[in-house]
Amino acid sequence: MSDTVDATNIPGEKSGPMLAADGTPLKRSLRRALRRQKMSALLLIAPLLIFILITFIAPIADMLFRSVENEIVQDTLPRTTAILETWDSESGNVPDTPVFKALYQDIFIAQERKLHTRLGSRLNYELTGASSLFRKSGRGVGDIGEVYQDQFEDMNAFWKKGENWNDILGSDAWLAEIKSWKKASGQAQPPFEIRAQIAEILPQTAAFYQIFADFTQNEKNSNLYKKDPWELIYSAFYDDLTGANAARIDTYTGPGAAELSEAKAAAANFETVDYKAAFGDIDKDWLKMPIWDTIRAYSPRFTNGYFLNAVDMQKSENGPELRPENQRIYATLFLRTLFMSTVITLSCILLGYPVGWILANLPARTANLLMILVLLPFWTSLLVRTSAWKVMLQQQGVVNDTLVWLGIVADDSRLALINNQTGTIIAMTHILLPFMILPLYSVMQTIPPSYLRAAKSLGATNWTAFWRVYFPQSVPGIGAGSILVFILSIGYYITPEIVGGTTGTFISNRIAYHISSSLNWGLAAALGAILLAVVLGLYYAYDKIVGIDNVKLGG
Amino acid sequence: MVALTPISRKPVGFYVPTVAAAGAFLGLFVGTSQGSGILGILVGAIVAGALAFVLTQIVKNETVARWATVLAFAVIGLLLGGIPALVLGAIFGWFFAWFSFWLYEGRYRAKIAPYLTPGQVLWHFTFRVICGAILVFLITPILVVIPLSFNAENFFTFTPKMLSFDPEGYSLKHYRDFFTSSAWQGAVWNSIKIAPAATLLSVSFGTLAAIGLSQQHVPFRRAIMAILISPMIVPLIISAAGMYFFYSRVGLQGTYLGVVLAHAALGIPFVIITVTATLVGFDRSLTRAAANMGANPVTTFFRVQMPLILPGVISGGLFAFITSFDEVVVVLFVGSAGQKTLPWQMFTGLREQISPTILAVATILVVISICLLTVVELLRRRSERLRGMSPG
Repeated sequence: MSDTVDATNIPGEKSGPMLAADGTPLKRSLRRALRRQKMSALLLIAPLLIFILITFIAPIADMLFRSVENEIVQDTLPRTTAILETWDSESGNVPDTPVFKALYQDIFIAQERKLHTRLGSRLNYELTGASSLFRKSGRGVGDIGEVYQDQFEDMNAFWKKGENWNDILGSDAWLAEIKSWKKASGQAQPPFEIRAQIAEILPQTAAFYQIFADFTQNEKNSNLYKKDPWELIYSAFYDDLTGANAARIDTYTGPGAAELSEAKAAAANFETVDYKAAFGDIDKDWLKMPIWDTIRAYSPRFTNGYFLNAVDMQKSENGPELRPENQRIYATLFLRTLFMSTVITLSCILLGYPVGWILANLPARTANLLMILVLLPFWTSLLVRTSAWKVMLQQQGVVNDTLVWLGIVADDSRLALINNQTGTIIAMTHILLPFMILPLYSVMQTIPPSYLRAAKSLGATNWTAFWRVYFPQSVPGIGAGSILVFILSIGYYITPEIVGGTTGTFISNRIAYHISSSLNWGLAAALGAILLAVVLGLYYAYDKIVGIDNVKLGG
Repeated sequence: MVALTPISRKPVGFYVPTVAAAGAFLGLFVGTSQGSGILGILVGAIVAGALAFVLTQIVKNETVARWATVLAFAVIGLLLGGIPALVLGAIFGWFFAWFSFWLYEGRYRAKIAPYLTPGQVLWHFTFRVICGAILVFLITPILVVIPLSFNAENFFTFTPKMLSFDPEGYSLKHYRDFFTSSAWQGAVWNSIKIAPAATLLSVSFGTLAAIGLSQQHVPFRRAIMAILISPMIVPLIISAAGMYFFYSRVGLQGTYLGVVLAHAALGIPFVIITVTATLVGFDRSLTRAAANMGANPVTTFFRVQMPLILPGVISGGLFAFITSFDEVVVVLFVGSAGQKTLPWQMFTGLREQISPTILAVATILVVISICLLTVVELLRRRSERLRGMSPG
């Protein structure tokens, strides 16, 4: 508002911005009022918004995250995957001994923690046989480590005892604490501390011993001081004694220095372990390419593997490719879901349109009465309707009995109406029909009947009048009802599960199967994400056509 | 509706063949069920045609004619096939007597426009018959369940005893099963514990938010609405999967609280939709008038706004309640055996060993939904009346 306008509008007042009663400029005062209104509206919405975000949106986000999340391989096999990055998978050669050594260390720790079977079942989704391979290897790794353990213990029984190991590896302060600690006291076990000098001269032993100490103290809850070390520690110890830092061992002065020097001298003549050959002995699959390709392909923290799997593809050296013909199931399932949802939507239109018309064109009293027939199924429990159909469609059910009694169907050739696609389509058409009738009815109510009469008086036949005048006006109702029915049917679970048998099931039944039976949650999440994308696309269309504010319930 | 067209009696040549055709149609079914379709058609056509002629031309008095036909057909039915045929015969008799006079008097033309051609009249009634058939399709499954639940046998179809209305064919044993079985009663209690809690949560949060959403200036209104409505749009199996993953991460999986929260989230869109719909018709000048007279916002809310939107809130609450009470997919994943609800128990029953007790439960649920439907309908009317009373 410019000053000149003000001056002409309010003659006699001095020019300047218009003021509110309290003296602030009106513009600012209005803006503040508007802001306060917005804030109060948001404050009223906030509790629910937060509630929905936590109880509903977060779970959906979690599911989407799970469909790409793949931390288990890297978490369980950290050393192996790190070395594998430099492995040239295209050479066609199985990785070299260092990888097998890392694999030995990883699997050893994993089997102590009982994690290797979980990794096995995860990789089994990608490569059949991985599960048993890992289970076997978990049992076999103990033997590999024993080679060094036996040699050290045969050389000097000193190395048998956990106490001796702790005396060498533990720091003096920790040793003092652990020796006075009693499990019965109820106090927490003093956490292990490595002796600084040892960490320098025996780096691998120290690193693995810390893992061992952490596991013993925190997961097993047993007294570390009394515990004999893992076989793994002996092989790490051997590596240190024969490794680059071996020369510095003689500089060590702490407890067990004499035994350490003796061990160093003896280790040079020890029988060594060929890790690659040892794993080959456990299972010769380790000397073949597939398992290594799989581990390498699934070592990143995030993977598109579940999504590839969900569209019947798999990873290969040349990028994603289709699975072999006999392993493709999801494309069929998605197509079947789409096809059946379309059939259900079409039959709902076919059955819903006449009913919508007659409800909209009958006098209000009769229409309200007939509306009850539509609303009663709408309000009745879904399971009641599903069980009614299950009962009616059985071989010995009411429908077949009636058909047999009427002589339409012979007694020995009763129709198979259930546990197939027919059953699903009949039951779901019935269940979703009210969702088609209600929007159709509300649109048809707004079409003036005089239009039809006008068309007829201008010479249109019944059919032309309907098709050229009435039908185009009812299309929004058809659109709204169809999208609603389609969205609902594409994600249906209960009814197909009960009346669908094996051929009448939907993608949602597969998702449920992967969650509760096969436990392949990642694949379930990926299938769900694809389904969600389809539904959200339709939802967007619905919002554009009808507007989500215009959803009406129960007429 | 008043009569549109003056009616007159129709010639014999029109209605006798029509009734005969209807008789032939019914005769076909009775005939096939007895062994010979063609014989059925012939007998049906002759009997129905003769009946129409005799009733309209000889008896003439409609009331007498109707009762006489009903009685005659019922007796014939009883002689031929016992009690079920008696009922069927009475219905047939009533229908044919009515049909004959309806056509003879030309009553069928009374309520339709006078300029329609006979073909259009025929289409008019064919269309109604089609609509009637669709409505029958809608309601039959619900109606069939009710008598079947009183079956004395463990069958899922009508036994001959039931069809002959033999009291021995009926029993309340499935209801007794339901009320004495600990599994079913436990499920009922779980449902009763979960649904109201979930409803309370969704109604209180939902009403507040709906009031906020119906203010004039709401930033990001569309986005907020889309988020709040999403639990209704996202397929249940996806919600269930997501909640299962997420709730097991935070330790809510398999707990009462987890199920209640999940059900509350699912019920919220219904509350939002119904309450916002009621608020659309709410006259804002009423709150301003209340403020003008010195009421603070809280008093205004409880004394002015709340009574007016109460019908919407209650029907939203009923929707939320029925959503939770009827929900099975999410509770199947989020709940554990301790939260087994009624629908869950029904679902297991249907999937594993289907027992007729389910039909008894279904009947009880149908009765409950009839009650709920009545309440919602009454509330809707009340809401419309209140809205009509408020100025503007």
